Amino acid sequence: MKNLDSVFVAYMIGWGIFFLFSLSVAKRAAGLKAELARLQERLQDSARQGK
Amino acid sequence: MAKTGVYTFLVCALMCGAAYAAFFRAPDEATMHLVQRIFYLHAPSGMTSLAAFLVSFIGSVTYILTRKPKWDWLAVSAAEVGLAFCTVVLITGPIWAKPAWGVWWAWDARLTSTLVLWMLYVAFLILRTMIEDSDRRALVSAFFGVFAFLDVPLVYGSIWWWRMQHPQPVVFTSTGLDPTMRKVFNLSWLSLTCLMALLIRQRYELESSREELRTIEQELEAN
Repeated sequence: MKNLDSVFVAYMIGWGIFFLFSLSVAKRAAGLKAELARLQERLQDSARQGK
Repeated sequence: MAKTGVYTFLVCALMCGAAYAAFFRAPDEATMHLVQRIFYLHAPSGMTSLAAFLVSFIGSVTYILTRKPKWDWLAVSAAEVGLAFCTVVLITGPIWAKPAWGVWWAWDARLTSTLVLWMLYVAFLILRTMIEDSDRRALVSAFFGVFAFLDVPLVYGSIWWWRMQHPQPVVFTSTGLDPTMRKVFNLSWLSLTCLMALLIRQRYELESSREELRTIEQELEAN
C-alpha cells in the first residue's frame, strides 16, 4: 500500500477544488438572486408611485 | 430547477463510480503500482480543461464576429471552469511526480506550457475585472481569449514533439493502455466532461443574471 496517501491527497484536493468552485458559483448566484429580487421590488414600487 | 438537480445527482454518481473504479477496479501498474491511480484524475482533468478552453475560444471568436453578449458569457464561463480543471492538473501532477520521478516539478515542455496556460487564463480573468464598460470588456477579453488559446495546441502537442520528462501519450494510441485501464480512464473522462458541462451551465446562468441585474438598474436610473 505504498503511496496510498499520495493518491488519497490527490483525489481529496482535486474533488475539493471542484466542490469549492461549484460552491463559489452557487454563492455568487444566490447573492445576485437576492439583489435581483430587491431591485425588482424597488422597480415595482417606483412603477406604482408613477401611477 | 428539478432537471438541474437530477443532472447534478447523475454527475456526482458518475464521479463516485469513476473514483471507485480507479481505486478498486483498475489493475495495478507494473512499475509505479498504487500511485499510478492518480492518472485517472490527472489526465482526464487535463483533457477536460483543454476542452473547456476550446469552448471559451469558440465563445471569444463568435463574440468578435457577432458582438452578441451571450458569446462573451460563454467565453468567460468556460475559461473559469477550464482554469479550475487546469488547477487540478497542476496540483495532482506534482503529487504523482514526487514518488514517480523523485522530484515535484521539472521544467519539461508539457509542464511548463501547462503552467503558462494556467497563468494566461488567470490573466484573462484579471483583465475582465479591470475594464468597467461591458462592451469594451467583452471585446478586449475576446481578443485576449483568442491569444491565450494559442497555448492549447502547444500543451497538447508538447509530448508528441519533444521527448522530455513527461510520459509519452497513452490515451490516443492503440497500444498504450490495458483494456481495463482504458475503461476506467474513459469513465473518469466522461464523469469530468459531464461535470464541466454542468459547471459551465451554472456559471453561464450567473452571467445571464448579471445582465438582468444591469437592465433593472438601468430601468431604475431612468425612472
